[in-house]
Amino acid sequence: MALPLHATTGERIWHYTFLTICVLIFAFLIIPILVIIPLSFNAQPYFTFTPEMVAFDPAGYSTKWYEAFFSDSNWRAAVKNSLIIALFSTIISTFLGTLAALGLSQKDFPFKTAMMGILISPMIVPLIISAAGMFFFYAKINLLGTHIGVILAHAALATPFVVITVTATLTGFDHSLTRAAANLGSSPTNTFFRITVPLITPGVISGALFAFITSFDEVVVVLFVGSVNQRTIPWAMFSGIREEISPTILAVATLLITFSIILLFMVELLRRRNERLRGITPH
Amino acid sequence: MKTFIQCSLATAVLAASVSTAQAKTEMVVVSWGGAYTKSQQKAYHEPYMKEHPDVKIINDDSAAEGASKLRAQAEAGKISWDLVDVVPDDAVALCDEGLALEVDVDKLLAPAPDGTPASEDFGDSLVSPCFIPQIVYSTTIGFRTDKVGSTPPTSINDVFDTKKYPGKRALQKNPIGNLEWALMADGVAGKDVYKELETEEGVARAFKKLDTIKKDVIWWTKGAQPGQLLADGEVVMASAYNGRLFSAIVENKQPVGMMWDAQLFELDGWIIPKGAPNLEEVKKYLKFATDTQRLADQAKYISYGPARKSSAALVGKHAELGIDMAPHMPTNPANAKNTLFKDINFWADRKEELAEKFEAWLAKG
Amino acid sequence: MTKSETGDLKTADGISLKLSLQRSLRRKKRNALLLVAPLFLFILITFILPIFYMLMKSVDNSITQEILPTAAPLLLKWDPKSGELPDEEVFKAFIIDGKVAAKEKTINRLGKRLNYEKSGTSSLFRKTGRKLRKLDPEKLTTTYQEALIGMDKKWGKLETWQLLHRESGPYTKSYFLSAVDMKQDVDGVTWKAEDSQIYLNLFKRTLWLSFLITFLTVLLGYPIAYLLATLKTSTSNLLIILVLLPFWTSLLVRTSSWIALLQKEGVINDFLFAIGLISNDGRLAMIHNQTGTVVAMTHILLPFMILPLFSVMKTINPSYVRAARSMGADSFTAFRRVYFPNTIAGIGAGGILVFILSIGYYITPALVGGTQGTLISNFIAYHISGSLNWGLAAALGTLLLLLVVALYILYDKIVGIDNMKLG
Repeated sequence: MALPLHATTGERIWHYTFLTICVLIFAFLIIPILVIIPLSFNAQPYFTFTPEMVAFDPAGYSTKWYEAFFSDSNWRAAVKNSLIIALFSTIISTFLGTLAALGLSQKDFPFKTAMMGILISPMIVPLIISAAGMFFFYAKINLLGTHIGVILAHAALATPFVVITVTATLTGFDHSLTRAAANLGSSPTNTFFRITVPLITPGVISGALFAFITSFDEVVVVLFVGSVNQRTIPWAMFSGIREEISPTILAVATLLITFSIILLFMVELLRRRNERLRGITPH
Repeated sequence: MKTFIQCSLATAVLAASVSTAQAKTEMVVVSWGGAYTKSQQKAYHEPYMKEHPDVKIINDDSAAEGASKLRAQAEAGKISWDLVDVVPDDAVALCDEGLALEVDVDKLLAPAPDGTPASEDFGDSLVSPCFIPQIVYSTTIGFRTDKVGSTPPTSINDVFDTKKYPGKRALQKNPIGNLEWALMADGVAGKDVYKELETEEGVARAFKKLDTIKKDVIWWTKGAQPGQLLADGEVVMASAYNGRLFSAIVENKQPVGMMWDAQLFELDGWIIPKGAPNLEEVKKYLKFATDTQRLADQAKYISYGPARKSSAALVGKHAELGIDMAPHMPTNPANAKNTLFKDINFWADRKEELAEKFEAWLAKG
Repeated sequence: MTKSETGDLKTADGISLKLSLQRSLRRKKRNALLLVAPLFLFILITFILPIFYMLMKSVDNSITQEILPTAAPLLLKWDPKSGELPDEEVFKAFIIDGKVAAKEKTINRLGKRLNYEKSGTSSLFRKTGRKLRKLDPEKLTTTYQEALIGMDKKWGKLETWQLLHRESGPYTKSYFLSAVDMKQDVDGVTWKAEDSQIYLNLFKRTLWLSFLITFLTVLLGYPIAYLLATLKTSTSNLLIILVLLPFWTSLLVRTSSWIALLQKEGVINDFLFAIGLISNDGRLAMIHNQTGTVVAMTHILLPFMILPLFSVMKTINPSYVRAARSMGADSFTAFRRVYFPNTIAGIGAGGILVFILSIGYYITPALVGGTQGTLISNFIAYHISGSLNWGLAAALGTLLLLLVVALYILYDKIVGIDNMKLG
């Protein structure tokens, strides 16, 4: 992206204009997320910067919305529900998704595209349709308003992410490694655990993280399939925004941003480690 | 398939001990959340649980989707709710569909202290054989005192007068109430509103009047929104439940005022879902929670009036602020000068059709 | 491995190599299928079946035959255009079925169902049900027809029976007709009255807003992807965090921050007011309307455009552009004629992805869209939990699903489902 030495004035102007545009777009991407953080320390119950805040007066800031969050039993229950549901749906989807990815990565898998299309469909079908279908159907089979119902629904929504990430890891997988192991007398089970597992582990973990965040962030399906006993954080935020919007929501949002930064770094580290392992130069 | 799915995961979820085993009877009571549930908690649930330590009342705030979720539960053949707080038109519909239990009011509920049978004490508020009334409330208009100048609005006409009161208004996203108000602002007397709405022309007239303020309206769907919109300064006027306005004005001291002209008078109450898991317990609870004293107690926490005649005399002071609650009741003579009584039968029949027209009208832009 | 007399290659245990290879291949295939089977079954039960069940709900009309088990089949034989009321036999069956249903109160369910087609049917059934409960069909002094018409005059009207006749079969097309603003009467299918038309406009609006959002994400995503693809790897690895962070941040967090930014007394309006660009009364209305939906959704979906574009641009060899430049093209021409055509596949991939995601959006429009910024999804939700017209919700959902499936197939043609990547 460096400016060539022989650039004309026009090119120079364009170059700097372009960079300015990019800075503005980056600002558009990131400011809406960052702006929440200082707002969550507002001493007033408003969604905007008070004059005291602008003047950096300590009186304008307070941690009371965090206290409100931690002392509210409804929020605590929401955190618990979110974690339980995300944990179990992650386990199910990671297990089933990894198995399927291993199968799909075999050469000449019959009807591969069609199968892939079906397995990935939960990611493509609009959530409201999945939610409507699950609402009608889970009502019929008595899973409405149960943890099991929500966990199954979330696991279904999350598996495509596992399938995609693990399959991507396996595309670069060098099958001669397993064949070499077999030639050297290793049993298939041994080969699987000694060769395949270590190589796909980063992919599986990042798939699991994707699955976790999918469930952790999901609100449409849980709104329809769940009942008040399955109220998750996003659900509580959704009804909070629609009803009494208090800066507690901004405090929750800030905590969630911190959480997603942690997850993001974990996934990035895994991805880069995976590329290094397999000798692919990072882009 | 049912068993397959349930078995395969039951163990896993049990391990997480989601539902802790308890010897107590857990009674699920569905209501509207917020200040309203809180008032029920204080006036009914807490004293009841004190008297019956073996009962635990669980609040479920999904009354807004109550009818839909109840129908889904019935479809599954497993009802998990014991008592649902509903508006009368939903009570009529749920009763019609056989989803709510018909009750014999005099057998189920306690008589007034002077011995008047419950059916007489509740009187006209018994609009459906399934409906057990609790409160009377009204939808009325609140406004920002700092944005209306020295002449605050006093009549429903002012809501439709964007010249005198420029700025956005918040109205409920629902034909109920808005059509009636539009006709009243167009010169129809309160008592003739429903007669007028029976005709095609009357409906068209109401929409035409609404057209005049359409671009100035923000539509709300949840009871807490109008108070929020007023507090945020998004609107200068908003239709809202009188209890919500009371809490904005008196409890939260917001720069908000309210008027009682053309207040849309409504009821709210309980239904017992057919197949409620703890029916006997619910009956005991209802006898307690709808007696004269309990209904009067609720008014200490929220400015909704008791549905029993005999409770009116017992309405006292606000539990925390210590102010007299009577002047804040929709039934207070000073407030009830021009009251519009919602016609439940009209809406039971025409709700779908007019809601469709209303949505089409909204979508037209 | 030995060579047999016939010349076939054989393995040590004497099976022909061809056969043995085939067998091992089959075993491999079977193992692969076995690995995929659990997930396939899981998705089938928890996801595909529910969707299928919803599709069925959009045409299901079993309720009439359930509640009127003898009357409905009889009525189907009646000619609605005959200009005459159905036979006494139909009236008799209706009264007998109706009496049973009235006792169990299920008759009102049918009334509610038919009220979707014609207002007032609900109260007709309620009224009739009340009277049927008291009636003893054995002790009638009049004909069944007279008895029923005596309960409500509407039973003497042709249109009541025409409606019942139309909805007597086990399936109905009325939900789908409603979903495209049409209705059916004796003379066939017609448009609904103009003041009751909603959904076609809503589909149009959904498509238009999705298109607008897709266009905006291309407009904003292209420069960023270009910048990332042409920068040094170490720098772009750092900058891509700025794209990935929104991608990983909760949807509700992003939506709430837009509420904080856009509302009347929000950050942007306060800022504009503070620098004197707007007066206090002139605060901009950027939320509870289409602006709110478009801005928030563009922000939320932008990473879905940047990431595929970026991965396509990375594969473009910079020497192409250099070659064009060295042959005398100015930088703009080189970009337009050489670089841009190479990125069209990326625009297509990102564009369809963003478009698919936005036509099904529910949460963000529900929170910031007001009435003009809501999409078809919001109406599906409304019919499930608000109006309780589940059949219509299912029909609208089915139409939306068809749209998405068509786009999905298009996506497969352009990018290939197998090539979908994340992050």
